[in-house]
This record gives sequence, C-alpha cells and structure tokens, in this order.
Amino acid sequence: MKNAWIIARRELSGYFSTPIAYVFIVIFLFLIGIFTFYLGSFFDRGQADLVTFFSFHPWVYLALIPALTMRLWAEERKAGTIELLLTLPVSMFEAVIGKFLATWLFTAVTLAFTFPMWLTVNFLGQPDNGVVVASYLGSLLMAGAFIAIGACVSALTKNQVIAFVITVVVCLLFLLSGFPLVLDFFSGWAPQVLVEAISGLSFLTHFDGLAKGVIDLRDIIFFVSFIVFWLFANAILIEARKAG
Amino acid sequence: MLGFLGPNGAGKSTTMKMITGFLSPDAGTVRVGGIDIGEHPVAVKRRIGYLPEGAPLYPDMTPAAFLAFVGAIRGLRDDELQRRMRDTVAKVNLESVLEQPIETLSKGFKRRVGIAQSILHDPEVLVLDEPTDGLDPNQKHEVRTLIQEMAEDKAIVLSTHILEEVDAVCSRAIIVAAGKIVSDGSPAELEAMSPHHNAVTMVVRDVPTAQIRQRIDAVPGISASEYVEQNGRVQCTIFPRDGASIIAEVGAVARQQDWTVEELHVHRGRLDAVFRAITNPGEKRGGER
Repeated sequence: MKNAWIIARRELSGYFSTPIAYVFIVIFLFLIGIFTFYLGSFFDRGQADLVTFFSFHPWVYLALIPALTMRLWAEERKAGTIELLLTLPVSMFEAVIGKFLATWLFTAVTLAFTFPMWLTVNFLGQPDNGVVVASYLGSLLMAGAFIAIGACVSALTKNQVIAFVITVVVCLLFLLSGFPLVLDFFSGWAPQVLVEAISGLSFLTHFDGLAKGVIDLRDIIFFVSFIVFWLFANAILIEARKAG
Repeated sequence: MLGFLGPNGAGKSTTMKMITGFLSPDAGTVRVGGIDIGEHPVAVKRRIGYLPEGAPLYPDMTPAAFLAFVGAIRGLRDDELQRRMRDTVAKVNLESVLEQPIETLSKGFKRRVGIAQSILHDPEVLVLDEPTDGLDPNQKHEVRTLIQEMAEDKAIVLSTHILEEVDAVCSRAIIVAAGKIVSDGSPAELEAMSPHHNAVTMVVRDVPTAQIRQRIDAVPGISASEYVEQNGRVQCTIFPRDGASIIAEVGAVARQQDWTVEELHVHRGRLDAVFRAITNPGEKRGGER
C-alpha cells in the first residue's frame, strides 16, 4: 500500500503543478455559492442549517468531478506513460487505488474550503453540527462514488473528452436511478425486484439520509461497496485493455 | 548485450512489453533471471529497468521529481535514493535541466531522463526499446556510448531497426520478422551471411577489362566477379566461394601481372543486405548493394 500512496502523491502534485487544481477549487466554490445563495435562497429561509448547501452538492459534483477524473487513465494511455507505470514494481490495485485516492483527497481538500459556510451558520444561529458533520461525510462518500465511476470510465479510452461525457452520463443515471425518469424505463418490462434494486442504487436517496444527519450504516456500506466495485472494474479494464 | 532487430511491426516492441510484464503472453511464459513473470510479476519488474518505445514521461513533472517518484516506487529511500539519483544524473548528464518541466526539454534530454529512470535502481537487466530512435547523430552517439558503458555489468536487451547500432554495440543479434525469429547470431556471423562478406574490390589502371577478367577468374576460390570500366580504370568486385578470404590470392595475381592497383579492399559484408534478405526473402538479390 506504500506504493499506492506514492502514486497518489504523484497524482496530487500533478493536479497542483497544472492550473487544474486552482480552477477546480475556485469554480467549485463559486458554483456551490451561487446555488446556495440564489437558487437555494439561503437567507430567506431564515434557518441556521446547511440543507440547501448540501442539496446542491450532487449536481456540482456531476459537472465537475468528471473533469477531474477524465485524465486519470486516458492521459496515461495517450502519453504512453501507462507502460512506464505498469512496468514499475507496483500491482494493478496499488495503481488503481493510488489514482483514486489522489482525486478523493483532492476533493476532500476542496470540500474543506467550504468551511466559511459552516462558520456562517454558526455565526447566524445554532445549527445542529452533528447533522453538518454527517452531511460532509455523506458528501465526501458520494464524491468518492463519482470518482470511482470516473476513474473506471477513464480507463476505457485515450480520449479525455469521451471519458468526460460518458462519466457525466453514467453518474447522472446513478443520481437519478431512484426517480421516475430512470425507473419508468425499467418498470414496464423488468421484474419488480430489479426495479427496486435499481432504485436502491440512487445516490440521492443514500445521500439524503446522511444529509439529514442520519448516519445509517447501510448508506455508508452502499457508498463504500459502490466505490470498491468500480475500482475493481477499473483494474480489470486496465488489465484487459493494456494493449489498446 | 543482445540486439533485437526487425522491420517495423515485426513484434519487437510486443516482445519487450511481454518481457517487462506490461503485456501477458497468450501462450508460453517469460522468465527473467529464472523467475516466471506470470507467477511473480512484481519480483521480475524489480530486476528490470525498462525504457518503453518513444521514452514516455510525465510531461508536467521535473526530471528531479520524476526520478524521485520512480526511485520511491522502486523502494529506494532517503540516503540511498539521494545517492542513486546523484550517480544516475551524473551518468546521463542531466544536472543542467533537473528542475525544468520535462515537456520543455529537448528530445535528447527527454531520452536521457527515460534512460535515467531505467537505470536508477541499478537493475540486472536493462530492456531498451529503440533507445536512439528519433535522435540526431550526436545524440545517438551519446546514448550508444552510455549503453556501451553499462554493458559491462548488466544484461542489456536493445531493440532497433538501425543496423549500425547492432554492429556498434551488440554482442548478439536476433532478427525477427512477422513475429518469428529468423536469425540468431553475433553481428559478425550475420555479416558472414552476406554475399559481400570477404569480397574484394580492386581498382586497376590502364589494363583492359578482358585481360583482368581472364587472370582473376583463374584464381582458385572465386565464385563470381563484376567489372565496371570508367576513365581507363577498371573496378572489379570479386566474390569468394563460401565466404573464404581471397585478398591474398587476388593481391598475388596483381603483383605477378604488375598491374597498377589504385585501390584494394575487403568487404566485411553488409548487415543491411543480410537484414533485407532475411526479413524480406521475396526481394531480389540484385538489390543488395
């Protein structure tokens, strides 16, 4: 696992040695701010909580996280450095976990920069800080799920634009899988069990629970196993498509 | 040092990718230093230094950061890492560009970073895929010298389609074509397969071609001879039978006849002729000059 950490460090320095990191952080804070204050009417609600703030996280992630993950493997493929990386004495899983970890840590740093929101509500009123902590935890877990999808899709192609677009679509499907938009597509012909299973994969359902401050072990297990599944698929894809 | 030759698309790079554990062979196994790469991939990778084709590098890193990353993955720590980095950087002359992003470096420097990366951990086995491809003649010479220096204490596998390189640095040459080994021997043995091996070229002044032909054809051990006449000089190329040395006999004839010989030399045989003959058997031998 030491190697995974070394790879993660290299990836992180890659974010910061290019404008990616700064652009991402600034845009993320900007979007989340706009959504919270204008669309979410943060002040008009007159409540000292961060419910509106967190309710926009999935949508901001949907737009921005694919931009972070699209390069993870596609760039390595394009530059040929994947050959360099995978002929170093590292196992496939160390490489996959290292890259995932780098992006997740980076997202965690970005998320940490939203602390003025938390200060603000604490200044204006007495929010339930337990709920805030649970919400941050949920948001971070959900970000991990987005990243795991993005990393896996990035392993499919040399082309970062394709990786971005496909990641957005796949993430959107999982965001909305609890909603009629997706469920109607299945409910006509698929057995009820399958439809329920699909609706159970919805990010929003699982995130909502955490954002309400309910740390349900099932939601945490859902996100963790979701991440593990996609990372596993990621490793298999790389292994199978090395030559391409 | 093993030279791995073949036309483009013959399977050189694929073979090297299998040796270094990037691709897994569909059938068979690869053993490096007695270890099966299918069973212990990481152990094998530890012993190998590899320069992939085109020397891919992370463009936004500096050579210093890049080498530190590779060294860390290779398990070098602290003092050991510092020492190996210093040695390697000195060996490949990278001091002047250590802190510049790799994408801003010239091709020659990039290649040296690639080589530095492959020798950083002082591997037993060094696999270099077209290490001089795309470099200018000076850079080629530098890289070759570097490789030659390392050949003393390492097993080196080098792929190339440049024949002079094999001649210059390799002790064994394998030629592959369409995925199969078509020849395996020392560069000297390969040269011996050329029809020009030990052929003699002689330039004689003021003697009619017919007379020279008559005398030369009488020399034992000769299989064929060609004559070109120009400005009163006859250039004759004499081919020996079975690659035997015939220059002594030819020289003796010339002295005996008291010809004015302006030039007399022996061909060593041409690798590119052998290479073309082996990898492209359909081509006519007339094209081999």
